[in-house]
Amino acid sequence: MLAKLLFGAAITLAALVALLLVVVVVGGILAGLLAPFLGSVPISYNLRSLRARWTSAIVAVLGIAGTVGVFVAMLSLARGFRATLVASGSADNALVMRAGSTSEMMGGITLDSIRVAQDKPGVARDAAGQPLVTQEVVGIIPIPLISTGTDANVQVRGVSPNVLAIRKFVKIVEGRMFTPGLDEIVVGKNAAKTYQGLTTGQTLNFGGVHWRVVGVFDAGGSSFDSEIWCDARILNEVLKRPANIFQSATIHLTSPAAFREFKDAVTSDPQLNLEVEREVDYYAKQSATMTRLIEILGGLVAAIMAVGAIFGALNTMYSAVAERGREIATMRALGFSSWNVILSFLFEALAISFLGGLIGCVAVLPLNGWTTSTLNFQTFSSIAFAFKITFGLLVMGVFFALVMGVLGGLLPALRAARRPVAVSLREL
Amino acid sequence: MVRVDERGKSGSLIEVRGLDKTYRRGNEEIDVLQGLNLDVDKGDFVAFMGPSGSGKTTLLNLLGGLDVPTRGSVTVAGDEITHMSRGKLTEWRARHVGFIFQMYNLIPVLTAFQNVELPLLLTKLSKAERRKHVETALEIVGVADRMNHFPRQLSGGQEQRVAVARAIIADPTFLLCDEPTGDLDRKSADEVMSLIRRLVEEYGKTVLMVTHDPLVARQAKITLHLEKGVLVEAGERREGVAAGGSS
Ligand SMILES: Nc1ncnc2c1ncn2[C@@H]1O[C@H](COP(=O)(O)OP(=O)(O)OP(=O)(O)O)[C@@H](O)[C@H]1O
Ligand SMILES: [Mg+2]
Repeated sequence: MLAKLLFGAAITLAALVALLLVVVVVGGILAGLLAPFLGSVPISYNLRSLRARWTSAIVAVLGIAGTVGVFVAMLSLARGFRATLVASGSADNALVMRAGSTSEMMGGITLDSIRVAQDKPGVARDAAGQPLVTQEVVGIIPIPLISTGTDANVQVRGVSPNVLAIRKFVKIVEGRMFTPGLDEIVVGKNAAKTYQGLTTGQTLNFGGVHWRVVGVFDAGGSSFDSEIWCDARILNEVLKRPANIFQSATIHLTSPAAFREFKDAVTSDPQLNLEVEREVDYYAKQSATMTRLIEILGGLVAAIMAVGAIFGALNTMYSAVAERGREIATMRALGFSSWNVILSFLFEALAISFLGGLIGCVAVLPLNGWTTSTLNFQTFSSIAFAFKITFGLLVMGVFFALVMGVLGGLLPALRAARRPVAVSLREL
Repeated sequence: MVRVDERGKSGSLIEVRGLDKTYRRGNEEIDVLQGLNLDVDKGDFVAFMGPSGSGKTTLLNLLGGLDVPTRGSVTVAGDEITHMSRGKLTEWRARHVGFIFQMYNLIPVLTAFQNVELPLLLTKLSKAERRKHVETALEIVGVADRMNHFPRQLSGGQEQRVAVARAIIADPTFLLCDEPTGDLDRKSADEVMSLIRRLVEEYGKTVLMVTHDPLVARQAKITLHLEKGVLVEAGERREGVAAGGSS
């Protein structure tokens, strides 16, 4: 009972402290940014003082710039990864898997159940009246990277020959689509760039078959760009899997709104043991683990760097306050209030951190669009994706810089304001 | 009239009564001012002299509301400043006190113009009005042609004249000068002193000044000596010491 009470009190206290910190930081940022309007000390005093002591300020500026750079880079990495996977899905496609599967790598569904599902309402049909469905199998094969020569896992996806009618954003940009029933493959544009021997006209050996690369496709920056596609029936044969079992089916719907109806029809059918998900949601979920991992790791690194950067700012501001003791005392003697002094030094700290934030953002901007690759934890294959630096991220980066500035500037500002005037006036 | 006993008529501009200031340094207590009395009228020009460490700066700090006394009161134009809150005291300083320091204390990153403008930033004057005031003040002190120069581009005498302009810009009730010529050569010192005298004679300012230099002190209407924590008049020195010691 007592322990419970104490625990509750501790939690409340922690929450209050956190709240106080947020109020102080946000209040400090607002006050510092509004200092030119709220305070009476001219901002030219701070800006010129900064310039006069730039060697000291530069340490704080670079510390904050580095931290903001890492922070923005990490977040843009996470965003890029997520964007790549989310781009892989369409709102008007439904992904059908065996019930209970979280990934298409797990479990199989029979052709019979796909046939039942594709006759449910909401399914789009082609000119000939055939439902737009691609039955798919996936496998992973190691292929050497062009860059290092070491093997990396590449996802091979067996698809139906009409797959381009279902994933409409995928375009053949070189060569042609594979011929149904033949040992031919088409390669995603990132895979073609990343792995050895995946250019049109070459052959790739796996599963005891010599596959001919007949074309390259562009899947609009989605994760399919890192895949190799071939005829699902051939892949099943080669992988020695039962001919009528697939891992997933992607069904094109008449419209995004038709999803509900289709899903309800499939899941309420006692004959079927299938899970239906919007294709976008499936890929968004797949990106979650990796995105979170990058965000947590990035956050950790940024937090550690932030502590250093805050100490850098503290140091710079404390020495500014110490060096300018007599100037501050003179202004206090002239009638400037301690509040004016606090605002003035907060403004100066924010100016330093704002500059640092800008430099950090500008420094990582060239990363935007730069492609890298990582392992998708759900499929254990490599996915190429690009850093995605958005305006919102840059704003977050600058805000992060301002937070560091306030944390580094508040205590020195308070010290400047509290120093007894008569004592500081005696300093030389 | 300036008086250093407690019998000054009430209604003097500055009334100091029984002022004590004790500094504490570790366990040691230093009694700097001990029951100091002073009455100064509007338009007076007082010089304080005394050996180094006698408490002259301490006295000016107390008169200017930069420090608080251990005991006693300072009343200026009817306001008792010794009981004001720190915030009130700051406002009071802005309105009533002009400071002139030995080392000029100009802000090095601001131009002469901006330094003089500083006290006006605490008023409601518009930018144009401020400019007019600053230009006038700089003309009075004779450095109008240097208003866009930074302190390091000025000579000591010019710096101090800019500091004088800054001290008078907001038309304070009185000026406190702590060795205003202490860092200047004879010629610059004379210039600054004739400027301060003009402020008293032409503009009716009240000036309280600390100096080590008898030539400078002679320009004031009266010289007071700070000895053993109290003020004594130059002429009645012996008597004063005796009176100070008995109080
Ligand atoms: N903040 C302080 N703490 C302790 N002692 C102090 C403090 N300020 C001044 N003192 C002491 O008080 C005494 C008077 O100092 P003050 O500066 O008023 O003298 P002064 O007459 O102005 O001397 P000077 O002619 O050298 O400027 C000195 O002994 C000084 O050391
Ligand atoms: Mg002194």
